[in-house]
Amino acid sequence: MSALLEVRDLKKYFPVRAGLFSRVTGWVRAVDGISFTIGAGETLGLVGESGCGKTTAGRSILRLIEPTSGQVLYQGTDLLTLSPAEMRRRRRDLQIIFQDPYSSLNPRMTVGAIVGEGLLIHGIGSRAEREEIVRETLRKVGLDPAYINRYPHEFSGGQRQRIGVARALALNPRFIVCDEPVSALDVSVQSQVVNLLRELQEKYGIAYLFISHDLSVVKYLSDRVAVMYLGQIVETASSEEVYARPLHPYTQALLSAVPVPDPDRRQARILLPGDVPSPLHPPSGCRFHPRCPSFIKGLCDERPPAMIDYDGHRAACHAVEQKRRP
Amino acid sequence: MTGAGGEVLLDIRGLRTHFFTDEGVVRAVDGVSLPVRPGQIVGVVGESGCGKSVTALSILRLVEPPGRIVEGQILFEGRDLRTLPERELRALRGHRISMIFQEPMTSLNPVFTVGDQIAEAIRLHLGASPAEARERTIEMLRRVRIPSPESRVDAYPHQMSGGMRQRVMIAMALSCGPRLLIADEPTTALDVTIQAQILELMKELQRESGMSVLLITHDLAVVAETADQVAVMYASKVVEQASVRELFGAPLHPYTQGLMQARPSLKTAKEERLRMIPGAVPNPLFFPPGCKFHPRCPLAVDSCRSVEPVLRELRPGHWVACDVVHG
Repeated sequence: MSALLEVRDLKKYFPVRAGLFSRVTGWVRAVDGISFTIGAGETLGLVGESGCGKTTAGRSILRLIEPTSGQVLYQGTDLLTLSPAEMRRRRRDLQIIFQDPYSSLNPRMTVGAIVGEGLLIHGIGSRAEREEIVRETLRKVGLDPAYINRYPHEFSGGQRQRIGVARALALNPRFIVCDEPVSALDVSVQSQVVNLLRELQEKYGIAYLFISHDLSVVKYLSDRVAVMYLGQIVETASSEEVYARPLHPYTQALLSAVPVPDPDRRQARILLPGDVPSPLHPPSGCRFHPRCPSFIKGLCDERPPAMIDYDGHRAACHAVEQKRRP
Repeated sequence: MTGAGGEVLLDIRGLRTHFFTDEGVVRAVDGVSLPVRPGQIVGVVGESGCGKSVTALSILRLVEPPGRIVEGQILFEGRDLRTLPERELRALRGHRISMIFQEPMTSLNPVFTVGDQIAEAIRLHLGASPAEARERTIEMLRRVRIPSPESRVDAYPHQMSGGMRQRVMIAMALSCGPRLLIADEPTTALDVTIQAQILELMKELQRESGMSVLLITHDLAVVAETADQVAVMYASKVVEQASVRELFGAPLHPYTQGLMQARPSLKTAKEERLRMIPGAVPNPLFFPPGCKFHPRCPLAVDSCRSVEPVLRELRPGHWVACDVVHG
């Protein structure tokens, strides 16, 4: 699969200011050099716990926040070098669905105005044509086009998220960042949106960057998975590989922590000590080393591990490297 | 369901808690009966608005106006908490019965050190001197595995991570040796690796102390991992109740079945479509007549639209509120 989107060494540092003159006293390295590719029609799952930088990564790619450095190649063009006007034109192809269907829809706009806003901005069609596209898009996401003049508060959480999906879909994008799109929904409604996202991908060949802390949903939806810890990707492989044979000790712990809905399989867990450290002062060497069960003294705390490719399954870990080295 | 199988520590019987709002009466809890036996972990699981949290708050009479318990009994060690004088109830809260909440930051007072907050309960309920209370506080922090408890005892809540704060809440809840711990979504705000730590800790402390736990959660998997007994709530009522093994082995209510199949597990094959429960959870101001699940139910027949089912024991110890399914 040729890459639709290629992210190279993307970084986003947020300044920490203090004192009377708001001097910059440090940098939160929210995203600290991540690289990945996404093929047309493919889903890359980006998983990690809160504060790992996954949401910042998704927004930096679309330049909803300006990245500090790196490259985001979309069909060969580096999005980070585009002028604001050029970027705006590109956004037709690149959309986002947000987590919270309550706060991400303008309560004063009708469903029609929300879904049609992109069309208006990009000057697509006449008024009547735009309305027809909006109706068609509502049908695609399973909403009755008769709702076009209603307001978001008249809908349930699941229906609102369908409106959010419709807004992203109206411009026929090639790529959508899905930022925790089902996390705020009730379980009985989550599957409606998950199934919808899959159907739309199968029909229209849209590529997804699916950002989530929910490992079960990511496994179900993703072709490939990248695991983030403290601003960096520590492991990436096909979804089957990551879940069947996790290499990185962090991925192993993360997977073993997922509760299983089967009382006969109460399993031995890998319980990680402590909490995720602050991205303001990330640990030396491998960022996971203070919590790592495979920690090698004098190595892991001193040198950052390189991302190494083991037959298409990539991991950044000294312990794995030593074990797997021929 | 009461009376079966020995002693009961907490026995909720026919609880109805309603909210009298300007828009109408919200029947948040509408006839819930739930026994908790000594040493048991009982999970109450359901989606937002099903009444599980209001049930928990009702036990200690923490429901605020316009909410009010309108019917039922809450028997704890044989006494009805609903009619107990406020003074006596206050002596129970934080002592014989403790509660922990979802968001530890909002349950801890930001201007006092965590040590002061834990010690307060110990002095109040156990009559300990300040020095004894501090010592017991440090001991409690050690038991919930807070590193260097001798110095952390003087920390403020904002100086701790979310997982740490939840440990402090647990230390506080257990400081007076309660017989019942009510835990309302104790790990929902936490990351999955921290959730695993906290659940493991709760189970261990429960085994050590022999207390009972009422665990309120939206996550069936958390119940499967932690609880002995489980009650599934939907639209203000318990719709299914059984031992955890029984419920996960043979879920009978169409809602429980739907919930279990709606979420992918790590074992769900990619080719499978997820089961969908159509529609959304009903607005408690406008509950449908008959069985409240009928508009979303794949098995609904005509009578479901008019007759509200009651819990029936379809298999030994397995109670289901559905008139269509069989044991």
